[in-house]
Amino acid sequence: MGDSVKILYFAWVRERVGVAEEDVSPPTGVDTVAALIEWLAARSDAHAAAFAERHRLRAAVDQAFVPLGSPIAGAREVAIFPPVTGG
Amino acid sequence: MIRVLVSPEAIDAAAEMAALEADGGAVATFTGLVRADDGVSVLELEHYPGATEAALMRLVEEARARWGLTAATIVHRVGPMRPGERIVFVGTASAHRAAALEACAYLIDRLKTDAPFWKRETVGDETRWVEARAHDEAAAQRWRDG
Repeated sequence: MGDSVKILYFAWVRERVGVAEEDVSPPTGVDTVAALIEWLAARSDAHAAAFAERHRLRAAVDQAFVPLGSPIAGAREVAIFPPVTGG
Repeated sequence: MIRVLVSPEAIDAAAEMAALEADGGAVATFTGLVRADDGVSVLELEHYPGATEAALMRLVEEARARWGLTAATIVHRVGPMRPGERIVFVGTASAHRAAALEACAYLIDRLKTDAPFWKRETVGDETRWVEARAHDEAAAQRWRDG
């Protein structure tokens, strides 16, 4: 198993998963945000429902917005959320 | 003066503007209000604590460097609010008007796409998350192209 990483969820992703955050230890092959989402989706039906529409998901690694193909090596915190709607 | 604040408290636009006026010959401000579109009774703002403040600070620093601002402020409200209440205040100060006006427009556009806020509306007994709009992304993109 790899290192522990904190996963944060926001807006409807948070509502669908059912928790605001969780600590997980993805296996070493899970090396990008997209791979992490695939792996998380298998954790429960709620996760699968939250991640059903991959194109509607955005992410941040250690609080910086990144494309879903970005690596997560060494990340302490990964956030998964819908496109932002501030202002 | 650089000021970034994310808070559930009501926004005091007069106080924010007075602070900007202490620093520049030209001050431009934008105030966003909650609209009652389609019978919206409550608008709730969720954010990503820590990351939001850092994102707003990056935007303000970019604007200050690009336009040589003497001051810049972003105050964004979070939590529940009602139509007519202020949701965001953006202000810029510079020696001359063009820099203040352009930097203010820049910050408004980038806020929509580059800071982790999510809006949820209540209409009657129903709540729904506000979808991101393509024209907001286009508005932010024009500053990157420019």
